[in-house]
Amino acid sequence: MRIGTLKETYIADAALFDSRTQKAWLAVAAALLVLFPFMASDYWLYLACLVSINVASATGLNILTGYTGLVSLGQAAFMGLGAYTVAILQAKVGTPFLLNILAGGVVAMLGGIVVGVPSLRVKGLYLAIATIAASFIAHFLFANLQFTGGTGGLSVPPASLFGVPLDTSFRLYWLIVPVTILMLLGAANLFRTRIGRAFIAIRDRDISAEVLGIPLLRYKLLSFGLSSFYAGVAGGLWAYFFRVVTPESFPLLMSIFFLAAIIVGGMGSILGGILGAVFMTMVPELLKLVFDLLPNSTEYTVFLSPVRTIIFGLLIIGFLVFEPHGLAEVWRRIRRFFHLWPFRN
Amino acid sequence: MDWAYLFEISLTGIASGGLYALAALAFVMVYKATRVVNIAIGEMLMVGAYLFFTFSSMMALPLWMAVPAAVLGTGLLGAVIERTMIRPLLGEPPISVFMVTVGLASVLVGLVEMIWSADQRRLPDFMPTQPIMVGDAFLAPKVFWGAVIAVVFIAAVLLVFRFWRGGVALRATASDQAAAYSVGINVPRVFSLSWVASAMLAAISGIIVGSIGGISSSMGVFGLSVLVVVIVGGLDSVLGALIGGLCIGLVEALAGAYLGGEYKLLATFIVLVGILMVRPYGLFGTHEIERL
Repeated sequence: MRIGTLKETYIADAALFDSRTQKAWLAVAAALLVLFPFMASDYWLYLACLVSINVASATGLNILTGYTGLVSLGQAAFMGLGAYTVAILQAKVGTPFLLNILAGGVVAMLGGIVVGVPSLRVKGLYLAIATIAASFIAHFLFANLQFTGGTGGLSVPPASLFGVPLDTSFRLYWLIVPVTILMLLGAANLFRTRIGRAFIAIRDRDISAEVLGIPLLRYKLLSFGLSSFYAGVAGGLWAYFFRVVTPESFPLLMSIFFLAAIIVGGMGSILGGILGAVFMTMVPELLKLVFDLLPNSTEYTVFLSPVRTIIFGLLIIGFLVFEPHGLAEVWRRIRRFFHLWPFRN
Repeated sequence: MDWAYLFEISLTGIASGGLYALAALAFVMVYKATRVVNIAIGEMLMVGAYLFFTFSSMMALPLWMAVPAAVLGTGLLGAVIERTMIRPLLGEPPISVFMVTVGLASVLVGLVEMIWSADQRRLPDFMPTQPIMVGDAFLAPKVFWGAVIAVVFIAAVLLVFRFWRGGVALRATASDQAAAYSVGINVPRVFSLSWVASAMLAAISGIIVGSIGGISSSMGVFGLSVLVVVIVGGLDSVLGALIGGLCIGLVEALAGAYLGGEYKLLATFIVLVGILMVRPYGLFGTHEIERL
């Protein structure tokens, strides 16, 4: 049992993992992640990979929207850039997959910087809608350029490591989950650095931040670039996971999905990005399970997709109205309860 | 260069721009009064069209009853939305409210698919079907009469804004909330009023759009073009909504005719980005001054 925390140095205050209890729990979580693929069925492994990709992309969007305060509805477009880069490199050039994923991230980052250029002139909702424009332009390019395979898209050969093709969910798990964890650690560390603090300052009041000597354009572009890098890497993993990339794979709805994930999880919190992405990915699956449990379920299957759409919208509305800080805040409340337990409840 | 063809296309574009202008007016009304960017405007329009479909095709009501019923029904929906989703978020950052309307759009699409299924439907024809000739140019009758109805309603809204007490209250609230309160305007009621009026306008444009192109659960895409229209015109400008509507209608028609259908949305969004780079607050929007 731990009651409150006493931090005596700045270093302790800024530490990534602050208490021994937390480190112990993280070790348990890591062990579970390692054991998981040996115990779970194919279906759950598939879900785990999907969740992991979504976590990576949502964390990227959280850097941009949650920490820097620039709302973007273009995350799916950047994922598409990454996925197409990976697909082209893997299918036509044949470079090793880690390099491809990295290249996907870099290409998406460049795209993100281009889209971010208006961000100094327009902000708030105008920017959000400008990023919708980016996603339409990206969709158009994917569908009409020569080397992207048009509307048919591209199929991606599996990534292979030492001659072993990573073609099952079990094998892909060992590629996708470690990459996601690395990216999460990177994001968590980012906000202990000068750059991350500058992002937070810009979110809280960009004019004040500029007065304090933070070059707005550079940091806003950096934020766009980093966030798109995350999206690009996630998109690259996506390409290896689904093995086919088409212009329809990255619709505007997907960008809305990621924005919804960080709202539901909690904006401006790494844990929030994780919780939100897991939650939003699992809700449709849970709905499917519930539908399967209903008596004569086949009659209702036509309603499955509309019900999903409605629940998706209701989750966004419900969280914004009743729990604006998201699941991360719920988690913090639970933790506080246990910390303070015998004394206050 | 075929000038007659260009003239015909431009005419069609401007006529469909009238529809954009009407829907954009519905958007601007809410934005002006409550500072809410309603991204669900296309979906509200869709609800209006589906209600009209229910009353006229499924319940076989005559036109003069079906249209008012659909409009009132959508107005009621607007009131419910304002009461349950927008009012609790008063004072929250604009982005939160924006995201609530994103969620709302999703809910409305889901409801429509659940009640009426996702299939494409046709609305009953109620407009005259004789082709309209302007000089040598042919104009599809539905598009022409749609534009005429839109223009009539735009004019009506402008007059209401100018002379009716409620319209004056709405403008007063838009320009300064605190001052409006202090002269005895019931600001929360103005908020409701603006949502109801906006939903009704959306329903009217939904009925017209639906009777031109049929209705389906993906009709909300129309709302994306409307969003571009209001950004180009400036979010809080009625004049901007009208001019932006005509411009975007024209751009879409020209791009569709000379480049191909898939270039329509691309062209509108390129115009959007161009305008944002030159005039970040749209053509006629208020430039907000920021102070520390």
